[in-house]
Amino acid sequence: MVMAPPHAILSVEGVCKSYGALRAVDGVTFHVAPGEIVGLLGPNGAGKTTTINMILGVLAPTAGRIEIEGIDLAVQRSRALSKTNFAAVYAPLPGNLTVEQNLRVFGMLYGVPRLTERIDELLAAYDLGRFRKAKAGVLSSGEQTRLSLAKAMLNRPRLLLLDEPTASIDPSSARDIRAGIAGFVEAGHCGVLWTSHNMYEVEAVCDRVLFLSRGKILLEGDPKTLPREHGAASLDDLFIQVAHEAVHEAAAMRTEPVAR
Amino acid sequence: MTGSRVAAIVLRQLYLMRGSPQRVLPIFAWVAVDILLWGFITRYLNTVGHSGFNFVPALLGAVLLWDFLTRVMQGVTMAFFEDVWSRNFLNFFATPLRISEYLAGLVTTGVGTSLVALVVMLVLAWAAFGLSFAGLGPALAPFLMVLFLTGIALGITGASIVLRLGPAAEWLIWPIPTLVSPFVGVFYPVTILPGWMQTISRILPPTYVFEGLRAMVAGTPAPWDRLAIGLALAVVFVVLACAVFAAVYRYAIRTGLIARYSAETVS
Repeated sequence: MVMAPPHAILSVEGVCKSYGALRAVDGVTFHVAPGEIVGLLGPNGAGKTTTINMILGVLAPTAGRIEIEGIDLAVQRSRALSKTNFAAVYAPLPGNLTVEQNLRVFGMLYGVPRLTERIDELLAAYDLGRFRKAKAGVLSSGEQTRLSLAKAMLNRPRLLLLDEPTASIDPSSARDIRAGIAGFVEAGHCGVLWTSHNMYEVEAVCDRVLFLSRGKILLEGDPKTLPREHGAASLDDLFIQVAHEAVHEAAAMRTEPVAR
Repeated sequence: MTGSRVAAIVLRQLYLMRGSPQRVLPIFAWVAVDILLWGFITRYLNTVGHSGFNFVPALLGAVLLWDFLTRVMQGVTMAFFEDVWSRNFLNFFATPLRISEYLAGLVTTGVGTSLVALVVMLVLAWAAFGLSFAGLGPALAPFLMVLFLTGIALGITGASIVLRLGPAAEWLIWPIPTLVSPFVGVFYPVTILPGWMQTISRILPPTYVFEGLRAMVAGTPAPWDRLAIGLALAVVFVVLACAVFAAVYRYAIRTGLIARYSAETVS
């Protein structure tokens, strides 16, 4: 087993999640260091969102241990989660609250000091000032994504979980957001776990990537050198290669005769 | 428990109610209609009855107290349903929010809305039909407390059912007070019930309130010992309801229900 670095912000050790006979996540171990952006990649159904949900404390692992800044999530859930935040395309904020109301409610849940000041900062940073009094539900998908990101930054988290954070954002805004997050990571020495299907983005932002397939980590390394090391022309090609291998492996397992 | 997190849950509900007449109106409109309807029924019964029995405190008083319990329950469940309808569980439960804080927020919201309803009912029943609870004296406090705690317990139980079975189970929640009412003797003494129903009555806290109300209207002193039993049972109900919600929540975390909560995915 890989030992956690002494000051890891996120430490995931041998985590498994089973649903009956199905192993959605199978003995995953990885760490996120301060100031590091780690990309969690993999085809649909690889176990990325399941892993993120376990780190967010909304899904209990079948086995293994998750620590956030050395705090065991299973033992001190509330304390561990006060150091995290997340943005995910599949978890929009309540549409029946305004942008400002959403930020205030979540700011109070995270115990953010000088909340009004912090909300003003984030509204400006994510270009949401003119939507302050607008209901979140009437915003465009790109604006909703920016709101989710503003919410994710409320408590200046030590661990930031981003599940396809720029999925519905135009390229110019996406670049600004990537730069903003990278700047936040550098300045605050927080760690980020970032999932995306945009390999250009992953290569531009991530210091390290983990390729997940069928619940297991298959590859790990620097996104700039990893493709060459595995005979692929680009990260995109490597992704396709890994996804195909996973599909073929699954098909082979389905056709294997049952041992008696 | 952290006050700011409880306050956040309450604030969310206040934001939703602010500028939303469709959320504010049901807090007092239906109970007001109920008071008017039963007020006129009791007034009619007083004119046709020859026994000299005053139906206003016995019947209208009972309706008012029963509506209060129902309103407390609905206050808690409606606050919970707002999170169901906006599919907000993942956002809320991925924060440091504890289950005790979430429930405290729901209950505080229920307290607020039901107190508004109670004031509306008391004023209307007094102004239109001359109903006054002043005659009950200090016994009114335990009466309301028992109903209030029972309403909270029913509300939390309703929330547990919907969390476990999914939003489609919402229709199971609304008839709960109607199912309970025949057993607790809102309109009649429980002694007229069959034996097996009386057995159930004895473990339901509101029974002690309505039996006590009738006894006091008939001129007997406040049955403090019976009210103490009702209060103790109500506390047990609240503790059990919280334990059930916590168990369902743990199940939801174990199975991933919280993360994928919607009408389509919950079986």
